[in-house]
Amino acid sequence: MLTMLTVECKSASAVAGRLWRSMMGGLIALTVSASMAAETLPMKELAPGVFVFNGVTAEQDAHNRGAISNLGFVVGSRCVAVIDTGGSPAVGAALRETVRQKTALPVCYVINTHVHPDHLLGNQAFVADKPEFVGHAKLPAALAARGRNYIASAERLMGEAGRGLELVAPTRTVSGEDTLDLGGRVLRLRAWPTAHTDNDLTVLDETSGTLFAGDLLFVGHMPVVDGKLLGWIKVNAQLAALDVKRVVSGHGDAGPAWRDAFAKQGNYLQALADQTRAAIKAGRKLAQAADEVARDQVGDWELADLFHKRNVTAAYAELEWED
Amino acid sequence: MSISRRLAFLLAGFLWVAGVQAADDGSDTAIWGKVKTLLVGDRPVIDDTAGSVIELEAPVRAEDAAVVPLAVRTKQQPGGVHVSKVHLVIDENPSPIGGTFTFSPIAGRADIETRVRIEAYSWVRALAETSDGKVYMARRYVKASGGCSAPAGKDQEEAMARLGKMKLKLDDDAVAGQPSAAQLMISHPNSSGLAMDQLTRLYVPPHFVRRVEVSYAGEPVMTADVDFSISENPNFRFWFVPKGEGELKAVIVDSKDLKFESAVAIRPGMKGGS
Ligand SMILES: [Zn+2]
Repeated sequence: MLTMLTVECKSASAVAGRLWRSMMGGLIALTVSASMAAETLPMKELAPGVFVFNGVTAEQDAHNRGAISNLGFVVGSRCVAVIDTGGSPAVGAALRETVRQKTALPVCYVINTHVHPDHLLGNQAFVADKPEFVGHAKLPAALAARGRNYIASAERLMGEAGRGLELVAPTRTVSGEDTLDLGGRVLRLRAWPTAHTDNDLTVLDETSGTLFAGDLLFVGHMPVVDGKLLGWIKVNAQLAALDVKRVVSGHGDAGPAWRDAFAKQGNYLQALADQTRAAIKAGRKLAQAADEVARDQVGDWELADLFHKRNVTAAYAELEWED
Repeated sequence: MSISRRLAFLLAGFLWVAGVQAADDGSDTAIWGKVKTLLVGDRPVIDDTAGSVIELEAPVRAEDAAVVPLAVRTKQQPGGVHVSKVHLVIDENPSPIGGTFTFSPIAGRADIETRVRIEAYSWVRALAETSDGKVYMARRYVKASGGCSAPAGKDQEEAMARLGKMKLKLDDDAVAGQPSAAQLMISHPNSSGLAMDQLTRLYVPPHFVRRVEVSYAGEPVMTADVDFSISENPNFRFWFVPKGEGELKAVIVDSKDLKFESAVAIRPGMKGGS
């Protein structure tokens, strides 16, 4: 994706550059090239009117600028709904430009699947479109509690791309279920009990049978527990049993084997729970457990060095309240 | 200038630097200067890099910024000198003084384990005040975790739903006259609150555990003055020396002056639980 981004950016600015150079000379062309106004994201059309960008599996940095999660948009006959906006304003702007190239219809909804910065720091790129920003009923509180920290760490992680951030809170929240009509196309929203986070929201496009699961499904990228492990195990089983055609995960590409992806994720979460419980019973302390528990489960998950110990830590703090 | 004079000059310069700058590793932060004055006035703080009085165990990286385990271990000193107070400082947190723990002699050991929130890359310090008036410091630099880990609660609603539920239990069987470790868990959001902002227009007042008092058979063991640098569902491991039968009791007061308590009967030789 990075290469694509850079290539598209260069070619777009080269065109703009030629135009400007002919009129105003080289100096201004440099300014245009730096603003990268026409940058787009490579997106697949999974079904008619359903577009998805697969982020790179990595932690956000200056190079990927937070384009590390999957983003999508769905086009109805009246308007467009965007589902997650990426980890920086630059990625949000590239997503918006991609929408603009595929359709002239307005963006009427920007839906955030949860609070994590790689899913919503691109929101500000859509403010001018005046859409409804849609999120879980607990998203505003999560954003208020974490937003300051996300902004503070964005520049440390991403450099230039992490500057000038403005958080955009939902203007419409969902508890339970809700529907959005895009014109001849209905999106079903569902707010889940605490699982990956306490504000996970899924989006089902009924027309194509595509479920945007957000980070309730990780593929390749190790699942990250930032809500409630036992809650996620339950939600995972419910999602795996859904009668849908395809599932867009929050990270990685599940492809047609999305039920296997839920099974693999469920196995990891269950082993994490079982082995953390056993460590607590055996009197292992938190710091020891973080080093020892479920090492055999790390397997071929990517970014395990960043997230496995963290998962054990979260699991331990949750499960020691059992009994 | 002769070579020997120049050497002496350089040497003096070196010694001056070594003497004044106890730490040249960036740990003398501006925040620390202020916090130090607040905690111990103008008493010198001895940088106990050898761990002769106090040691601090902390992870190199805060895996989960909301739950970072810290362990403070103190050493017995010759001549009856003991550690009477321990302070925890997290330089980069909004409220850098995470807690002050006061130990009575029946604590046996002035050791404490807890879990804290860590906002950013930060020096974390444990200070020991000894009964002869000296101050020793152990410190660790803790790297912040990745971009999606924030030092906020995971499920505030659940923490509120079981507000004040406590667990108090011994690690092992109590042995008379031997320091025994006990763990105190408190279900509490321990939240710094949400300031009213343009963004969400939410206002939630701070709500955190501010004081912990542990007694055994009616005698104080350990008291802690703490705040929201301590993680959601505050967790403390401390020590006490059982003698005969008696009740180990913890009383908690939070920032809304809500009071919670938990007790466990101790009979040396029997494992305590709650
Ligand atoms: Zn996430």
